[in-house]
Amino acid sequence: MAHLTFDGVRVSGVSACVPIGVQRNADLTDLIPPSEIARTIENIGIVERRIAAPDVSASDLCETAASRLLEMTDVDRDSIDVLIFMSQLPDYPVPATSPSLQHRLGLPESCACFDISLGCSGYIYALATAFAYASLPAVRRVLVLDGETFSKVVSPKDKVNAPLYGDAGTATLVEKGGGGRSWFGLHSNGSGLDKIRIRAGGARLRASIETVQSREREEGNVRSEHELYMDGMEVFNFTMKVVPQSVLALLKYAGLQLADVDYLVFHQANKFMTDFFAKKLKCPKEKIPYSLGRFGNTSSASIPLTITTELRDALGERKRLLMSGFGAGLSWGTALMDVSDCSIPPLAER
Amino acid sequence: MTDRFIAAMAEALEKDAGTMQMSDRFKEYAEWDSLAVLSVMAVVEESFGVVLSRHDLDESVTLADLFGRVSSRSG
Repeated sequence: MAHLTFDGVRVSGVSACVPIGVQRNADLTDLIPPSEIARTIENIGIVERRIAAPDVSASDLCETAASRLLEMTDVDRDSIDVLIFMSQLPDYPVPATSPSLQHRLGLPESCACFDISLGCSGYIYALATAFAYASLPAVRRVLVLDGETFSKVVSPKDKVNAPLYGDAGTATLVEKGGGGRSWFGLHSNGSGLDKIRIRAGGARLRASIETVQSREREEGNVRSEHELYMDGMEVFNFTMKVVPQSVLALLKYAGLQLADVDYLVFHQANKFMTDFFAKKLKCPKEKIPYSLGRFGNTSSASIPLTITTELRDALGERKRLLMSGFGAGLSWGTALMDVSDCSIPPLAER
Repeated sequence: MTDRFIAAMAEALEKDAGTMQMSDRFKEYAEWDSLAVLSVMAVVEESFGVVLSRHDLDESVTLADLFGRVSSRSG
């Protein structure tokens, strides 16, 4: 399948909510030698991140983002026919989190709710799913809630991951009408299963006394089997091969060029990686917004978060956006669409 | 091509190319860390169109070893 085309469906609103708690990378001197901190911060481009309180989950952040968006757009909640919750950390292993969000947001029982679990490609996949549903005659509006709280699954003693990840919840309203034509490219390579992974807690390796132990791993990183492992080198290897060419392939499919795009919103992995893509694509820096510096890598929530924080004033008039998400799975997705008259409330905090 | 390779490695590692030789055991450089690895991967891709893997780096000891892997795949 790879590439999809939609007509007459549009994104009419995007909002985001981040935790109040801030962690500054310059304060990680217990983990990274002071002599190396400045270089690390400059290389990854992350100065600080937001960390959710223990009693705040991704669904809570999404709930706040959704409430703000629904208030601003004043849409009839009964017209929301589908709710998609996209997160790698649901509230509970069972049940899915989306029905509880339907309840918390006062959506009707006629609203179909389901969760999607994917990595940093998740927003693109969730958006494509929303567009597919919104293309059906019976579906008026779809609410996509994409949130992540990786701070809960990253070891504070992991030099690779601790400085990278931050938390955020977002809401995107997709509806029928307007929008012109949109295009999506969705791809997978499951041979990279072990490149970004939390090993324990699922069906393959149940929780045990052993799995919860923090152990020293490669290069002095300390973590348990319930905390995120990422092979940075192999992930960079993967993204270098697929990201620039997937952007070009989608543009070609749409009969467009990079010059026709107003903004290229990358998943906010780290600045070194996205600078590499920008250079490879010969894309001017002014077209590439970043939320990375203040919020870190918020996994699948990073694209809608960046739209909220960086493009809030830009999407009143019609703009062409190209979005690119890539990560765990391995999985990657690209989306190209016109956005205009998009409601974006100020960034919320919780 | 080896001069171009040394220049690329020097740029990636922010070292003086004049101090580097193909016989250098690059993992013993003071500048060699996880960030340097990503820099090297980026510069090698930009200069030679070759994407290095973990295997390439694990199996290489000297700059000459690494160059061998790059040049055999370079267009």
